[in-house]
Amino acid sequence: MNKLQKPIFEKSRKGKIGYSFSQTEFSDDLITIDKKKLREDIKDFPQLSEVEVVRHYTNLAQLNHSVDSGFYPLGSCTMKYNPKINEKIANFEEFSTHPYSPHKFVEGNLEIITTFEEWLKKITAMAAFTLAPSAGAHGETTGMMIIKKYLSSKGDPRKIVLIPDSAHGTNPSSAHFAGYEIIEIPSNKDGIIDIETLKEYLNEDVAALMMTNPNTLGIFEKNICKISEILHKNGSLLYMDGANMNAFMGIVRPGDLGVDVLHLNLHKTFSTPHGGGGPGSGPVGVAPYLIKYLPTPIVYKKDNNCFVKYHEKKSIGRVKNFYGNFLVIVKALTYLMSIGKEHIRKVAEDAVLNANYIRKSLEPFLELPYKSKILHEVVFSDNNLNVTTLDIAKSLLDYGIHPFTIYFPLIVHGAMMIEPTETESKETIDEFIDVMKKILEKAKNDPEYIKGAPYTTPVSRLDEILAARKHILKWENLGE
Amino acid sequence: MRYFPLTDSEREEIKKFLGIKDTKELFSDIPKDKSYFSMNDIPSALTEDQLLEKFKELAKKNKYSNYLSFLGAGAYNHFIPEVVNYLISKGELSTPYTPYQAEVSQGSLQGIFEYQTMIAMLTGMDVSNSSLYDGGTAAAEGVLLALRKSKKNRILIASNLHPEYIEIIHTYIQNLNFEAEFIEFDKETGKIDLSQLKEKIDENCGGFIFQSPNFLGVIEETKTISDITLSKEIYSIQVTAEAMSLAFLTPAAENGVDIIVGEAQSFGIPIGFGGPYLGFIGAKKEFLRQMPGRIVGQTLDTKGRKGYVLTLSTREQHIKREKATSNICSNQALCALRAAIYLSTMGQKGLKEISKTNHLNTAYFVKEASKLSNISIKYKKDFYNEVVLEIKNNKVEDFITKLEEKNIIAGVPLKYFYSDFENSILINFTEIHKKKDIDKLINAIGEIE
Repeated sequence: MNKLQKPIFEKSRKGKIGYSFSQTEFSDDLITIDKKKLREDIKDFPQLSEVEVVRHYTNLAQLNHSVDSGFYPLGSCTMKYNPKINEKIANFEEFSTHPYSPHKFVEGNLEIITTFEEWLKKITAMAAFTLAPSAGAHGETTGMMIIKKYLSSKGDPRKIVLIPDSAHGTNPSSAHFAGYEIIEIPSNKDGIIDIETLKEYLNEDVAALMMTNPNTLGIFEKNICKISEILHKNGSLLYMDGANMNAFMGIVRPGDLGVDVLHLNLHKTFSTPHGGGGPGSGPVGVAPYLIKYLPTPIVYKKDNNCFVKYHEKKSIGRVKNFYGNFLVIVKALTYLMSIGKEHIRKVAEDAVLNANYIRKSLEPFLELPYKSKILHEVVFSDNNLNVTTLDIAKSLLDYGIHPFTIYFPLIVHGAMMIEPTETESKETIDEFIDVMKKILEKAKNDPEYIKGAPYTTPVSRLDEILAARKHILKWENLGE
Repeated sequence: MRYFPLTDSEREEIKKFLGIKDTKELFSDIPKDKSYFSMNDIPSALTEDQLLEKFKELAKKNKYSNYLSFLGAGAYNHFIPEVVNYLISKGELSTPYTPYQAEVSQGSLQGIFEYQTMIAMLTGMDVSNSSLYDGGTAAAEGVLLALRKSKKNRILIASNLHPEYIEIIHTYIQNLNFEAEFIEFDKETGKIDLSQLKEKIDENCGGFIFQSPNFLGVIEETKTISDITLSKEIYSIQVTAEAMSLAFLTPAAENGVDIIVGEAQSFGIPIGFGGPYLGFIGAKKEFLRQMPGRIVGQTLDTKGRKGYVLTLSTREQHIKREKATSNICSNQALCALRAAIYLSTMGQKGLKEISKTNHLNTAYFVKEASKLSNISIKYKKDFYNEVVLEIKNNKVEDFITKLEEKNIIAGVPLKYFYSDFENSILINFTEIHKKKDIDKLINAIGEIE
């Protein structure tokens, strides 16, 4: 169908009812609040029947591309398949309890939290985790706050965080909100952190290096152990952005590589759906000496029982209400239990096989600025093409394929960052490669056609400049 | 394994194409002595039926659903119409990423645009964003927004703001050289001490953050508070932890509030042991360029058709880096969409009716419970759907245990949060409580000696 939908407010008609619920058993006489404090009608609020609500959102859903509908090789986003059993289990009514329920009535939930933490510890070799942060960036800030608190309480407050130019885009902002100044360090020609360059930037004011590993070029920072050693000698810490853990899950554990603080994205590596922009979950793991700085509350297991500590003297404090995005954690635990030790390594192996297959297949047709080994994703450039990365991305839409991440990382001109994940079949990847070749061929002969794409989507290219200038950020009633 | 479509022969084919013998060669940049660690202590994979069995066992350990619960305090048990659960479980809505490619994301984008509109309608504010993580982080973002805009470094915080929100605000501002000071509340009325508010505003102060209905369930004198903040030229930031109250009480904008933030879990989001929830924000237009998070805007495509895109991204982390207005990337989009579906389903009439039922149920309890001699209602004036119950002749633990014996979870003991509320609990009523449930509670309390 793919039919554009009128705003729901324009489908509304006075007097329509979409809900059914028992009427109140009490009269308005019980209201003692001053009338001035009570509201009138909610102007223009929707009024629809149930079927109209169902059709509106069903039709909206059909305007979306999603992992369920097709290939989604968005780099650094790990758009893998979201297992349906995860959803079923997270929807168990028994799990949906009140967060302030006495602990004796929610032992199952507390056990889920501690069990999931155990799993994360086993596959990362970090000493302890907080599951509180709501998303990757939230985890980053939490992790940087832990570093800040640790250094301050040592009497060695430091001001600077070093961030490579190949790091995730959220890193600088996340470190800033933990109170740090940011200095960007350049990657070397191999696309990784250069040890000599790092040394030049190090001084007694450097609190930490925030390393995305594998970085946004898909390249593993092979000198990580040496880098950790150099940092530690300087009194600095190694933060690792583990959003790309899909590249090495089951192959290596960050805790064994000298990482002090690590965050993970459950909505990437751990298969929970991205929801069109959340809810995610961004657990943070730390080395043993940082455990006491983790945010509260702290859920822990002792003699087979679970307990919660609400206050901890050295903790950075609370970063989120209650226990974090609990139902997301349930889904991620279901995932880990379904892959288990038999398949956990396969995740990375297949993801990396697929990425390398795409790299080698497209290398004859696109410029590959960094020739180093890659893991889970590959980044090409639009150099030497007569169309742009944006044009190619929009052309992919006409083939029912979601584009890769575009124009990131910034160190690659017209970056095309492609991450297939392990949950794609060879047929799907072959089709993608074929489509890419077709688009590139068409671009040579008829670049204007490619520049005009997409042609088959519900809307054509949208005017972002107009949006940024006009600021229409809500529906307005302009009358009939 | 059902999640891996590659067959062994395809793996071999790819390896051959890549010119490698063993997949291990692809991982050779990883330090050899650290890689391929032992899997011995990792549990074995479970099949789908085993997973169900395992999680049913865990579910059974939760006894909560056997009880009649009156817990609130920032997380509320409301009725969720089945269409909400049905629609939100569509994979086309739940499995896309953030809508970077607008041409194939109009569903998510329009849904969020409509959500922003509904928040603006409910609060009366000019602008909303696409969501924040939850009520507590929304409160912190509200504080940061006011301080960014005012370029001041001091914030006043109502001491009857949700204690967890206060903790989160403290965590967020501790490294940013901002100061916070509390404004106490009147122990008799449960409301902000307005004279103290007037006294404590000075030229370094950028805003005052308060909650209404506050953590003790009391509706604040919001209009008077905004008059004071306006006259002293600081911003007023209202927090609402129970979004259901928005459909019953005067909108924040009409009361002169500059920024409203809060928790919208009540709009069709399962109570879920505390998450994922939905932080919301509404503000006057002047805050637009300083707003945190993602914002969806309306525009036109090349053929002049109306469409939606993520906009005002020059505020954001991926463009402004460390100078961004927030570091938010993934937020709570699906929860916002859930709220939009819930609000569309309930509609004008349903939402207002349900919101009023919440209040009437509470008012009935207050009226009936006032006849009991072993408890008293602390703030009988200006409550919405929560009240503080003061327990006489019993320790709060004993009181709670005696009700648990009758399968009732009565409320949240306030001694966890305030030292001078030794013997009080916070108790919440929503539309899910029927008269018979409230009577059962009253009778059970009455029987406690």
